[in-house]
Amino acid sequence: MYQTVYRRASSVDEAVALFSKSSEAKFLAGGQTLLPVMKQRLASPSDVIDLGKIKELQGVELSGDVLTIKAGTTYFDIMQNADVKKAIPAIAYLTSVLGDPAVRYRGTIGGSIANNDPAADFPAALLALGATVKTNKRSITADDFFQGLFTTALEDGELITAVSFPVPAKAGYEKMRHPASRFALTGVFVAQTKSGEVRVAATGASQSGVMRVPAIETALKANWSPSAIDSVSISASNLLADIHGTAEYRANLIKVMAQRAVAAAR
Amino acid sequence: MGVEGIGARVVRKEDKRFITGKGRYVDDIKLQGMTHAHFIRSPHAHAKVKGIDSSAALKMPGVVAVLTGQEIVDDKVGNLICGWAITSKDGSPMKMGAWPAMAPETVRFVGQAVAVVIAETKNLARDAAEAVVVNYEELPAVADVHAAIKSGAPQLHPEAPGNQVYDWVIGDEGATDAAFAKAANVVKLDVTNNRLAPNAMEPRAAIADYDSAEEHFTLYTTSQNPHVARLVLSAFYNIAPEHKLRVIAPDVGGGFGSKIFIYPEEMVALWASKKVGRPVKWTGDRTEAFLTDAHGRDHVTHAEMAFDANNKITGLKVKTYANFGAYMSLFSSSVPTYLYATLLSGQYNIPAIHAEVVGVYTNTTPVDAYRGAGRPEASYLIERLMETAARQLKVDPAALRRTNFITQFPHQTPVIMAYDTGDFNASLDAAMKAIDYAGFAGRKAKAKADGKLRGIGMSCYIEACGIAPSKAVGSLGAGVGLWESAEVRVNPVGTIEVLTGSHSHGQGHETTFCQLVAERLGVPISQVSIVHGDTDKVQFGMGTYGSRSAAVGLTAILKAMEKMESKAKKIAAHALEASEGDIVIENGEFKVAGTDKAIAFPMVALAAYTAHNLPDGMEPGLKESAFYDPTNFTFPAGTYICELEVDPGTGKTSFVNFVAADDFGRLINPMIVEGQVHGGLVQGIGQALLEHAIYDASGQPVTASFMDYAMPRADDVPSFNLSHTTTLCPGNPLGIKGCGEAGAIGASAAVINAITDAIGKNNLEMPATPDRVWRTIHAA
Repeated sequence: MYQTVYRRASSVDEAVALFSKSSEAKFLAGGQTLLPVMKQRLASPSDVIDLGKIKELQGVELSGDVLTIKAGTTYFDIMQNADVKKAIPAIAYLTSVLGDPAVRYRGTIGGSIANNDPAADFPAALLALGATVKTNKRSITADDFFQGLFTTALEDGELITAVSFPVPAKAGYEKMRHPASRFALTGVFVAQTKSGEVRVAATGASQSGVMRVPAIETALKANWSPSAIDSVSISASNLLADIHGTAEYRANLIKVMAQRAVAAAR
Repeated sequence: MGVEGIGARVVRKEDKRFITGKGRYVDDIKLQGMTHAHFIRSPHAHAKVKGIDSSAALKMPGVVAVLTGQEIVDDKVGNLICGWAITSKDGSPMKMGAWPAMAPETVRFVGQAVAVVIAETKNLARDAAEAVVVNYEELPAVADVHAAIKSGAPQLHPEAPGNQVYDWVIGDEGATDAAFAKAANVVKLDVTNNRLAPNAMEPRAAIADYDSAEEHFTLYTTSQNPHVARLVLSAFYNIAPEHKLRVIAPDVGGGFGSKIFIYPEEMVALWASKKVGRPVKWTGDRTEAFLTDAHGRDHVTHAEMAFDANNKITGLKVKTYANFGAYMSLFSSSVPTYLYATLLSGQYNIPAIHAEVVGVYTNTTPVDAYRGAGRPEASYLIERLMETAARQLKVDPAALRRTNFITQFPHQTPVIMAYDTGDFNASLDAAMKAIDYAGFAGRKAKAKADGKLRGIGMSCYIEACGIAPSKAVGSLGAGVGLWESAEVRVNPVGTIEVLTGSHSHGQGHETTFCQLVAERLGVPISQVSIVHGDTDKVQFGMGTYGSRSAAVGLTAILKAMEKMESKAKKIAAHALEASEGDIVIENGEFKVAGTDKAIAFPMVALAAYTAHNLPDGMEPGLKESAFYDPTNFTFPAGTYICELEVDPGTGKTSFVNFVAADDFGRLINPMIVEGQVHGGLVQGIGQALLEHAIYDASGQPVTASFMDYAMPRADDVPSFNLSHTTTLCPGNPLGIKGCGEAGAIGASAAVINAITDAIGKNNLEMPATPDRVWRTIHAA
């Protein structure tokens, strides 16, 4: 690790102010990506601004048909939260299969979506549920927020404060775990909104990061059942391929995981 | 057996310090004035080193020195050796390319060191390393064995034309050809034994400390065999004479073979500590471990097995290409030859065997012994062949094995090994019973109704362990003898220190070795200490690998104990005014048999040291030593059967049950044996399902971190159902065969046999990743 300056913010305003005063600062949430990358000397921020003690970034609120998860809430806390389990159990399940216990105790929803790893689990949930990302400056829809591999709509120094999920009629998530990293080799989140809209998002599959899967959305809109996906054809072109999964395999997984997510949806 | 004697499930003494964070590993040691080394490693698989510019780095804070490959060559530090000479079929010796500790001219794998920065801290050394400019001229590289032996392939070493290290044969080719000519059926199989990275939990590390006044070096290092390290560093690498070099291997966090070898980093640390006049420490990180710890396996094999009309095996032909990587590591040459092809008879009567092994250089990390070392490759091949044969001949796989089992012992195979004892039917019976083999068809049908493909697969493995005797291995080309030494020191108050040349790096010697003493003397193990891992304390030893420490190391302790007990009995008889022949040892007392006359062991010890009343002519003291050289290898064997389900939608494998019935001879501590089997099975399952060290065509490693290299985790493996069917080893007085490698040797074939059974297709390479299984299921 290169030398850096560690700073701990106690409020969002302080974190943003510290960021603007530094030359090349990074916000530190759970550190599950940033710290390994720094240890490998692949990142050398001048300052690291720790968000871990900011109270206003912690917690979950259920208000009517909107579930709001504050950006600094850990996966473990999300997994255990009664409101999450009640309103969107698929999110509780997603966190239970995310990484391993050590990752779940430290990693946060805000850190996950700000990093936008193409194989991360949470981007699929946000995209399928039509969530809204709240920052210190504005609200951004999930469709606008995720812009490709490790790329988001966030501006320099803009800080995610919360994610708001409209409570769906039904939602489900299934993933094939990457055998080494435990990221999603491919994961599919399916959701049926209370107005009957169907949204399906796949992570770990596309070369351009988390993506909607219109063919499956159309099939499920017509018939919300696993068998509705049988006849859907998923192209392997533009899908990721690596030592753990060919593009053809990932195309298959999009279908199979979508079917299982529908079966598990509630 | 006492409560702490042979056969007792004694809790491990060493675990108190390990699980409370009090273990003392090399990286925990800090010496006064210690500097830190960081190696500058090649990013290229094959390149000329055209120049190294250290000028900017030398001006950076805390930098003590930047040393290069040319300097270590100029200082006459020896090239790395390979300690087992193999002769090709044309009579020529194996072709060794020169391997300097740091490359002065040419780098041949990604990660090979070209220079080292010595600085005040690890971080400063790393900072400065980034400022060292190495000018490389890239050369074409080759990573795959088949590509490497093609004409026109990039050449690694001028000493080895065609990248061929050797072309070695074993067995009777004529007899084998004759058997195939008469065969009723021939079964053919191509298999790849995937390359693995060893991944001990503790990365390699070294601290070298040169004392200029004494011209003496101390090396703390992560070694499975510190005396061998000292011998090689002294005799071949010109570091210092043996009496001027002390090697200490303190607590070592796993080795699996990878810490047998003496690596460039230890050599450089020693050399550099003299150059800079201060202690030098190096601790590898995980990426360095992936790049530089000797890898395991990496065979490509074609095999054919001939059967007569009664399904009896009549012959076996094997041709294997073994990928050695860029250089010949310390014992690498023996792994695909004498540790592999000599086990190709498996548990079976095979009248004629012929095997040819071609060793090949590639631009990859050197390959050497890894848990099982050659025997997993042999066992996997034979057990995949037997399963393939059962399918082709349409006979039950268990029945085909029984038809061919060796049942008379001793049994001379056509490939050197003479099996001393065993009962292969017994372990097969035990495993089949444990898994309810007879009920499998019903379970398979039920699983099918649930949309799952269920399979069952077995593996009847045999291995040669102990890695001895010296005379035999010497005749096969080994550069060392493979005995073990021990010393039993009784203190004046009757506590006992046992010094052993074996080295514990996870095996639990500090407990099992004490249990032998407790068994013999009836003293509690708290009265006994095991001393190992320091060349200044233990006179000599060959170290721990090849499941040898109980069969060979513990037998040496037994021999020393017998000598000590003999003298103690004389002292006791003298004190009790009895005949030496009437003295028996019971519960910590030396008794006159059939009487109530007794003297406690501590009183015997005290008498030996006060020397006030010893038999006439007896020397004072109570300390004996022994060297033990076995008369044969030992032959642990057993049957593993696993039952699993494959998800046809994803190709993912889930275990239903995994049973192991092993014959390890006598067990000292069954709990520790079970732990060894668990660990070995997980490594074998890891090879079958997850692990693969992969290079791209240009020799770049693709799996140099745990983000890409899939290590088995607890939830990847089932709970194991273990049992033992015991035949005592006649080759050593304790009847021990060894248990350290069995799991890794036998497990992978059982898994692949089960998956191929489940999916109904026989050809499936390891690791059987979900993607690979899914593509195999859906292949035309």
